[in-house]
Amino acid sequence: MTARAILPARGPADRLTALFWRRPNLLLLLLVSPPLLWLGLVYLGSLAALLLQSFYSVDEFSGLVTEELTLKTYGELLRPENLDMILRTVLMAALVTLAAAVLAFPIAWFAARHARGPWKAIFYLGVMLPLWSSYLVRVYAWKLILAKEGIVTWAAEATGTGFVMNGILALPVIGGNSLSTSYIGTFLVFLYVWLPYMILPMQAALERVPTTMLEASADLGATRGQTFRTVVLPLAMPGVIAGSIFTFSLTLGDYIIPQIVGNSARFIGLAVYQQQAYNLPLAAALAMIPIVIMVIYLALARRAGAFDAL
Amino acid sequence: MRSDIRASFGLKVAAIGGLLFLHLPILLIFLYAFTTEERSYQFPPPGLTTKWFAVAWAREDIWGPLWLSMKVAAIATGLAIILGTLAAAAMARATFFGRNQITLLIILPIALPGIVTGMSLRSAFALADIPFSMWTIILGHATFCIVIVYNNAVARFRRLSGSIVEASADLGANGFQTFRHVLLPNLGSALLAGGMLAFALSFDEVIVTTFTAGTGLEAKTLPIWMLDELIRPRQRPVTNVVAIVVFAATVLPILAAFYLTRGGSETAGSDK
Repeated sequence: MTARAILPARGPADRLTALFWRRPNLLLLLLVSPPLLWLGLVYLGSLAALLLQSFYSVDEFSGLVTEELTLKTYGELLRPENLDMILRTVLMAALVTLAAAVLAFPIAWFAARHARGPWKAIFYLGVMLPLWSSYLVRVYAWKLILAKEGIVTWAAEATGTGFVMNGILALPVIGGNSLSTSYIGTFLVFLYVWLPYMILPMQAALERVPTTMLEASADLGATRGQTFRTVVLPLAMPGVIAGSIFTFSLTLGDYIIPQIVGNSARFIGLAVYQQQAYNLPLAAALAMIPIVIMVIYLALARRAGAFDAL
Repeated sequence: MRSDIRASFGLKVAAIGGLLFLHLPILLIFLYAFTTEERSYQFPPPGLTTKWFAVAWAREDIWGPLWLSMKVAAIATGLAIILGTLAAAAMARATFFGRNQITLLIILPIALPGIVTGMSLRSAFALADIPFSMWTIILGHATFCIVIVYNNAVARFRRLSGSIVEASADLGANGFQTFRHVLLPNLGSALLAGGMLAFALSFDEVIVTTFTAGTGLEAKTLPIWMLDELIRPRQRPVTNVVAIVVFAATVLPILAAFYLTRGGSETAGSDK
């Protein structure tokens, strides 16, 4: 009597298992195809629809979309007010990114190199919670803060610095009636909402800076400032760039914040949202702008080695 | 350089100040939910009251959006858990042609600005003549939630030793039994954490939703209700009460996700 090396199959589940064992690629294909189909169909399909839509145009008389390929809609983007809007949005995104990098650095540095024990967890959660928790509520909080009758005005008057506030609000262009209706307000809210996106990659990059390098730098006689400029900053740069991808891209595409806090100047996102009700092709063409800008930005970031830190 | 071991006073102040900057504003949301002033954001509040919680409870127009947001987030999370886990199972170990492109495809919905994702879906619905409904909202939400579950699951799959699957097979289990009795218990907390984060993200998403919900009353999620109130305020403190609910509905799952995956190399949320 010979012992059976192979157990008999007990049912279809066993037979399938055997099939997958013989042909692992079949299993792989079965696993990957549902998510791939979903993303391919829903997401790539939609992106293709966006591209197609942006080459359509709206008939000026009927207001209906003419489904013929044309560059007319893209031509509308070149109007001076639209070019102004693009410039304004990019400038805002750049300023928010710069300010976020400056503000994020001490937090990231402390969390990466000094926080121990419970402080490590506090810093981790302290950055993670605002990153994930309700975006709209956090924007709303700033409407409360920046309102003319709100806490900032109250604090300025209580400390006798009301004239400073008025001076800032009297500034041309960036000032306004109150902080909540000025560019300064929009800028502050953007900075507040996207700051965690800058801290995290920066912290990841700083955690990888070897302590020995800092020690070597000090042993060779560098001052703190020199060490920071010539050792820490270059090593942290990929993290900064990775973070800037988020802050830049998120500012570029946001339309809620300028709608709630700001002087009703148009930003790209806001224009997309307003146009989608009347002129779908124009909205689609406008939505292509952040894509193009981000592709350029990503190409530059890639060259700077930012993706190693993601 | 001693400064690397002990933080200087200035650094401490800057770091803790930065952290406070991230958190103190939220406290005002709580404070203003108790103010007696309903027409402006006067500070300090002229008086304190708890009546707005009762007023909010009685407002008919809040329950519909709340219920819709719950449903959308639950279904989108369910879809994302299935699709994200399948993708993670395929991508965790195997190397195959086009693997990097698939990773990019999974990340793309969250990497591109929400307005692009929203506008793309809006264009697609227009071209395909798909009417807006709860399902168009879910379609969008599930798409950007997949990556959240995927990130959590793929990290856990990588950490799992392949030998436990082989041991299971040696002991006579078929693939389905191995999945049910070996893989799932090991993946459980990572999937739960990913699901919690996906729920939080979907529950409070507003940018993509405004493009996929249409304008109907029946398609108003809680964040869209809140956005309307922010642009055309009525009873301002009621908005604050709802904001507290939204805040709790997102913060609690995030804390739970953190708790579920703490101590591991793949603590939840480290890559949004």
